[in-house]
Amino acid sequence: MKKEELNFEKSDDFNLTMIPGSFAKKMRTCVIWQFIRFVAINIKMIIVVQKSH
Amino acid sequence: MARLVVLGGGVAGHTTATFAAKWLGSEHEVVVVTPNSKWNWIPSNIWVGVGQMSKEEVTFDLAPVYAKAGITYYQAKAVSLNPEGNESTDKSFVTIEYTEAGKEGQSETIEYDYIVNATGPKLNFDATPGLGDGNGQMGDNTVSVCTADHAVHASHELAKAIEKMKGGTRQKFLIGTGHGMCTCQGAAFEYIFNIEHELNKAGVRDMADMKWISNESFLGDFGMGGLHMKVGGYVVSSKLFAESLFAERNVEWLIGAHTSKVEPGKVSYELLDGTMGEEEFDFAMLIPPFAGVGLKAYAKDGADITDTVFAPNGFMKVDANYGAGAYENWKASDWPRTYQNPTYANMFAAGIAFAPPHIISKPMSSPNGTPINPTPPRTGMPSGIIGKAVAHSVCDLMTKGENAHLHEASMAEMGAACVASAGKGVFSGTAAAMTVYPVVPDFEKYPGTGRDTDYTFGEIGLAGHWIKHILHHLFIYKAKLNPGWTLIPE
Repeated sequence: MKKEELNFEKSDDFNLTMIPGSFAKKMRTCVIWQFIRFVAINIKMIIVVQKSH
Repeated sequence: MARLVVLGGGVAGHTTATFAAKWLGSEHEVVVVTPNSKWNWIPSNIWVGVGQMSKEEVTFDLAPVYAKAGITYYQAKAVSLNPEGNESTDKSFVTIEYTEAGKEGQSETIEYDYIVNATGPKLNFDATPGLGDGNGQMGDNTVSVCTADHAVHASHELAKAIEKMKGGTRQKFLIGTGHGMCTCQGAAFEYIFNIEHELNKAGVRDMADMKWISNESFLGDFGMGGLHMKVGGYVVSSKLFAESLFAERNVEWLIGAHTSKVEPGKVSYELLDGTMGEEEFDFAMLIPPFAGVGLKAYAKDGADITDTVFAPNGFMKVDANYGAGAYENWKASDWPRTYQNPTYANMFAAGIAFAPPHIISKPMSSPNGTPINPTPPRTGMPSGIIGKAVAHSVCDLMTKGENAHLHEASMAEMGAACVASAGKGVFSGTAAAMTVYPVVPDFEKYPGTGRDTDYTFGEIGLAGHWIKHILHHLFIYKAKLNPGWTLIPE
C-alpha cells in the first residue's frame, strides 16, 4: 500500500475524492518548481488586480 | 472647508480615509471614528492563533499614522446618525461614544458633509446559545481568530491541547462556523490546516482527531457559490479540490450544518436534511455570524428612521437591488456599484458594512425552515477596492460639486485574489493561491460557471505561502502610509 493512498479507506467521503500522490506533494514544496509557480501566480494575480481597479 | 467622517478603521475605512486625506489635502477635513487604537492585518491572525506570530506583528498604533496623514482621529464608536440634523441644527451629524482610555462612555456629536460607514461587522457570538457570553462577547466554550486578542487566546489554548497530546491524551479539534448564516469560511479553513500543520511539527498529529463543521452546502463554497478552475485540461469545481485537501490531511467534514447550541465540550447542530446531531470536542474554533454594528438613525424630528437607512441585519442600504426576489431572478446587476445610500446622497457604505442585495451561494434551508447557507464575503481586496472607489466619489463630490460623477466598483465586475494559508514555514509552508473573476458570478456574461475561467484559478503550494507572507508585510507597509504606499494596489 502506498502511504498517500491510506486515507482513502478512512471514510466514505475520502474514498470518493482525489488525493495527491507523492510526486504531486513533493512538487508543492520543491523550491525550484515553486519559484517558477511564484512568478506565474504573481503574474496571474497582477492581471486580475489590474482588471479589478 | 467640508468635512468627511469615516466610521471604521479597518481595510475599507482605512483605505477610504487615507486616500481621501491624500486627495483632499488641507482644504478639507477627514475624520476617522473607530473604537480601536490599533490597526489589525486580520488575515495574519491565523498565524497568531497557532503561535507563529505575535499580536505586535499584526497590529500597529493608528494615532501616529493618522497624525502623519492629517486625519482627525477619534477613538470612539458611532452610536447614531442624524442625516437631517435635529431640532437645533440642519447639519448632518453622527453621535459617538468614546472608547479611549480615560474618556470611556463619554458622548459627542460630529457634524459632517459626507459620511462613509465602514464599521465592519459586529461579531454576533450571541446568535448561537453558548457561543457568546450573553453580553455580546465570545463565550468560554470556544476560541476565535476574528481579532488579534482572540487569536492570542486561541494560541494559548492550542498550546495547552498540544501539551495534553504530548502527555498521551487524545484531543478532538472542531473548527468551522458557529451558525447557519456565517460567512468567512476561509478563515476557519486556514485555521484548521494551520493547526494540522503545527500538530505535525509538534509530532502529535496521530493523537488528534480533526473535524470541520460548516454551513456550506458543499466543501469549497466559501460563500461564493464555489468556483470553477481550469486544471490539467479540465474545468473543475472547487469542491473537488477542497475535498481532496481534507482527505489528504485526514480532516473529516460535516457540511450543511447550522450550529444551534454550544456547551462545554459539545456542539448541537441541525443539518440541511433536517436531522439533528451533536459533536464533542476538546478544542473548538467556530466563526460567529456577522451583523451590522447596531447604528441607529434619526430624522430631524427625532423619529427613528433606522429601517430606512439600514437593512434588517444592520448593514447600510446602498444602491443595490434589494427586491430581486427568488434565486431564479438574481442577477449580477443586483449588486451595488457606487455604495451611495438611496435616501441620503451624502452617505456611503464600504466593505462589510454595506447591505448586500442577497447571498451569492444558492439559498438553502432545512425542512424545519432553518436557513443554512453562507452569507457573502466582502472582505480583503473587494473591501479595499470599494473603499478607494467611495473615497474617489466623495472627494469628487466635495471638490467638484454634488453633480460629480460617482466612481463604481461592483463586486460583479471585479475580481479578487485570495491566499489561504494551509501551514506556515519558509520551506515547509503551503497556501492555496486563488483568483476569482468576478467575485459575484455573472451567468449572463459567463454562461456555465458564471465566471471567466481564464482569470479564475487556484493551486496549493509553497509559492502561495511566500505570497501570503509577502502580502502580510506589503499591506502593513501600505497601511502605515510609508513611502510609495499608493503604488501598492488594494
